Amino acid sequence: MRRPYPIAQLTVCSLALVVIGGILMASYVPRQPPLTAPTALTAVSAALALTSVFLLSRLKQFAWPRFFLAFRWALLAYVISAGMIGFAFVRDHTRGAPLALVAVMLVIFALDVPVVIAFTVARYSSPPHSAS
Amino acid sequence: MTDVGNVQAGTVEAAPDASPSQVQVVPLRGLPIVAAVVVFVIVSIAGNWLWALTFCHVVGGALWTAIDLFVGLIVGPILSRLSVPARAEFTARFMPKMVLLMPTLVLMTLAAGFQLALREGNLAPGNPNHAWLIVSYCVVGVMAVIALGVLEPANITVLVEMRKQRPDGEVIALLMRRFVYTSGIIGAMQVATLIIMTRVATQ
Repeated sequence: MRRPYPIAQLTVCSLALVVIGGILMASYVPRQPPLTAPTALTAVSAALALTSVFLLSRLKQFAWPRFFLAFRWALLAYVISAGMIGFAFVRDHTRGAPLALVAVMLVIFALDVPVVIAFTVARYSSPPHSAS
Repeated sequence: MTDVGNVQAGTVEAAPDASPSQVQVVPLRGLPIVAAVVVFVIVSIAGNWLWALTFCHVVGGALWTAIDLFVGLIVGPILSRLSVPARAEFTARFMPKMVLLMPTLVLMTLAAGFQLALREGNLAPGNPNHAWLIVSYCVVGVMAVIALGVLEPANITVLVEMRKQRPDGEVIALLMRRFVYTSGIIGAMQVATLIIMTRVATQ
């Protein structure tokens, strides 16, 4: 069997970059944070996330029903989580470009975690046509 | 193009006593409690309510740290010495609780803690606690990546595996090993959190 694509690894790297960017932003609260480094981290994180989604789309004989089942529920949970983090930033008067950047980071966060959970679940499941 | 992303580990004699239908990935009865906690945290932050923020941060943080230390340093090593069926049996009852409990405690602790630090002026650049809090962000960041990127996917995959008619013991053993190692690392990192938080509280 050929080695599977490093989808989980790429997604976890994307998550790590967005977490580092979030720490950089949070470390400046309540001041206005410089945006260069967090923006660069977010851009690389988004690129990694997109790459993992692209690789995911190329998988054959993958347990897609199980993937989407896990993805849906995990997405619901992490949208709530991301929403709470976003609420904390809005409550602390983060506005304009920093808020937009935080929002992009939270979107990546809310997608990365469900992708890695659903991918791991589906990876260890039989393909649908051979499940029974 | 790769042909498959799936891992086809061999099925072994690892059927747990709990029937597949009994294994619940997310305990639905716990969801109203989680919802109540989330609403309480939101109300505390919105109202900037000192007692409630302190309650959420201290209670959430104490439970989070204690559970991580206990699971990582005591339960994990015991679990790694059990037979695969015994691990599977334990996991079927233990993991669903953790799937709901830990994210709720983490959310409660971090959201309330951030607001509390802001309210008390600990995030101001001149405050002696500022540097300690940045270090605590870094510790939490590392723990978050390990927990969200490795530990939680493994936990959920074990539970999904156990819902199958014939759970694959090799897959369960592989993922449980991941659980044991990562929970050990997180447990050790919680010691750093204890040091930082006791410093912050006494400066």
